[in-house]
Amino acid sequence: MKLSLAPIPWFWDRARVFDFYASMAATPIDIVYLGETVCSKRRELRPEDWLEIATALAGAGKEVVLSTLTLIEAESELATLKRIVDNGRFLVEANDMAAVDLLSARELPFVIGPHVNVYNGETLALLARLGARRWVVPTEVSRAQLAALPDRRLLQMQTEVQVYGQLALAHSARCYTARAHNLQKDACAFVCREYPDGLPLATMEDQSFLVLNGIQTRSAAVCNLLAQWHDFAALRMDIGRIVPQSAGTAQIIDLAHAVAVGRLDPAAAARELAAQPATPHCNGHWHGAAGMEQVE
Amino acid sequence: MRQRVELVCPAGSLPALKAAVDNGADAVYIGFRDGTNARNFPGLGFSAEEAALGVDHAHARGAQVLVALNTYPDTERWRAATAALATAASVGADAVILADPGLMAHAVRVHPDLRLHLSVQGSATNRHAIAFYHRHFGVRRVVLPRVLSLAQVLNLVGRVPVEIEVFCFGSLCVMVEGRCALSAYVTGKSPNVHGVCSPASAVRWEETPAGRQSRVGGMLIDRYQDGQPAAYPTICKGRYRVGGHVYYAIEEPTSLNVVEILPELVLGGVAALKVEGRQRGPAYVARVTKVLRAALDACCADPARFVPRQEWLDELNSMAEGRCHTLGAYHRPWQ
Repeated sequence: MKLSLAPIPWFWDRARVFDFYASMAATPIDIVYLGETVCSKRRELRPEDWLEIATALAGAGKEVVLSTLTLIEAESELATLKRIVDNGRFLVEANDMAAVDLLSARELPFVIGPHVNVYNGETLALLARLGARRWVVPTEVSRAQLAALPDRRLLQMQTEVQVYGQLALAHSARCYTARAHNLQKDACAFVCREYPDGLPLATMEDQSFLVLNGIQTRSAAVCNLLAQWHDFAALRMDIGRIVPQSAGTAQIIDLAHAVAVGRLDPAAAARELAAQPATPHCNGHWHGAAGMEQVE
Repeated sequence: MRQRVELVCPAGSLPALKAAVDNGADAVYIGFRDGTNARNFPGLGFSAEEAALGVDHAHARGAQVLVALNTYPDTERWRAATAALATAASVGADAVILADPGLMAHAVRVHPDLRLHLSVQGSATNRHAIAFYHRHFGVRRVVLPRVLSLAQVLNLVGRVPVEIEVFCFGSLCVMVEGRCALSAYVTGKSPNVHGVCSPASAVRWEETPAGRQSRVGGMLIDRYQDGQPAAYPTICKGRYRVGGHVYYAIEEPTSLNVVEILPELVLGGVAALKVEGRQRGPAYVARVTKVLRAALDACCADPARFVPRQEWLDELNSMAEGRCHTLGAYHRPWQ
C-alpha cells in the first residue's frame, strides 16, 4: 500500500509551503497532492509556484496530483479550476462536480476527491466511465460500507483512505476564522494565517471539539487508522492518506511507512502517534460509529 | 408582464400536504417513510398509499407533487432507494428530487419519463457542476445550496440550461448541504446517508444549576437561563469557546427569510422558491404557505413597487427558529 500526502488545508505563507515540500521530498511519501482546496482568497502561492513545487517533487520521484477547490461559487474560481485542469502534465483531484465535468469533457483521467459524494457502486462505475482512476473515500464512510462495494480494481480504479489527520467535516459560505475576529469574509485580513493548525473551538465545558479553518470546519481529534492497517488489504485499499500539520508530518510519514512495509506493528505505530501530546485521536467513522469516538 | 415563480412547500404528512395545497402552494415536496430522504424523522413521511392520495389532492387543485429522494444510498440502502424511485413514478409524482449520481443514472435508465430535480444535497454551487447533472441525467431543475449570494444566484439564472430553485424560508443550513459531516462526526448519523442531522436519539436536555442545557452525542451545544427560548440543538448552531470568547461560533439559531429580496429573485428569473420544513406540522405549513403566497402574489404582480408588509414579517418571525431571521448568504455581508 502506498502513502499520500493530502493538500495543505491550512493557510501557510509562501516560504513555509516551499520549506514544507522541500522537506517532504526526503520522506518516503509516494504521492503528493498540491494546491489550495479551501479558500480562493488564499493566494500566497501563484499557479507558477505550485507548478514549481510539483516539478521539484516529481523530480524527487513523487507522484504529484493537483487538487482543486472544494466549494466553487465565483467565475474567478472556475477560471482557476480550468487552469488546473489544463495543466497538461499532472493528474488532477476533483473536489467538486465542476472539476469532474471539465476533466471528463477533456477525456482526462482524474482522482475523485474526498468532497465528491460517492457512497455506492453505481456512482463509482459512472465516474469510472467518465475517467476516474482513483477514489478518495469520503470521511464518513465506514469499513462495512467499503466492504459492501464492488471491487474498484475491476473498474481500473484505486482506493485511497485518510489514515492520519484531522477530518474535514464541513464547508460554508461563511468564514468562521474571520467571524472569530469580528471581521467579514470580504475584509478578512487573512487572519487564518495566524493559525497554522487552525483555530481551536471547544465546548462551554472546555472539551476540545472542532477546528476552524476559514470556511472549512475540521475535527479537533486526529483520525488515526494506523491500527486498522490489517483491514486495508482485505478491503483492497491502495493508498493511505496523511494530512499535513505544522509540525511532525515527516515523523508521521515515517511511522506510517514503517507500517506499510511491514517493519512496524500497526498497533505499535498507532500507540506511538497517540502518545503525542494534546492530540485526542478518533476512528469512529471507520467502525460505523460517531466519527469522534475512539473504538478499540 | 406578470412574473411566474413557483412556491414549493414542505409536507411531512398528508394533512401537511393538504394544508400547503389548500393555502396556495404551487408544488409540495414530500418524502417516503423509508429513510430515503433528508427528513428521516420518526413518524414523518408518506407511505405509497398516502403519496397517491396526496398526488390526487394536489393535481385536482392544479398543484404538483415533488418527491425528495435525496440521501446518498450506500450499498445496503440501494434497494430501498430504487424501490422508492419506482414508487414515486407509480404514484404519479411530477418530479423526483435526487442527489446521488448513481441513483440518477438508474432513474434515467429505468424511469426515462420521470422529471429529475437536483437536490440541494447535490451541492451544485456553480454552472459547471450544474452542467454535469444536466448533461448526464437531463436534470431539469437545480435547488441551490444556501451558500450563494444573491448576485451569484442571479448570475447562474440563464447561464445554466436548467431551472433554478432557491430556499426562501425556514431553518438555515450554514454549511454546504451534502458536504457536512458534523452530525456524522458527533452522532454517527448523517444527512447524506441516514437523512438526519442531530437526530433526536442523540439529543439530551438537562436541567442544571447553570441553566437548561442541550447536548448532542454528549457534547454540550447550548445553555439557556430561565425563560430564554431554547432551540433544537444542531452542531452548527451551538455556543462554543473560541479564543477565550463564548459565542455562536458558527451561526445563531435563526431562520432564513427572503421576503425583502423577493423582487430581485422574481425579476432575476428564479423558477421556484422553496420553504424548508417537512418536519413541521400542518398548522405551521398552512400559515407559512398563506403568508408567502400573499407576498409572492403581490411581488409578481408589481415587483418594482413591492414592499413587504409588516404583518407578513411579524407572522413569519413568530414562526421562525430563534424568532429572528436572516437573509443568510444572499446578503453578502452575512458571509
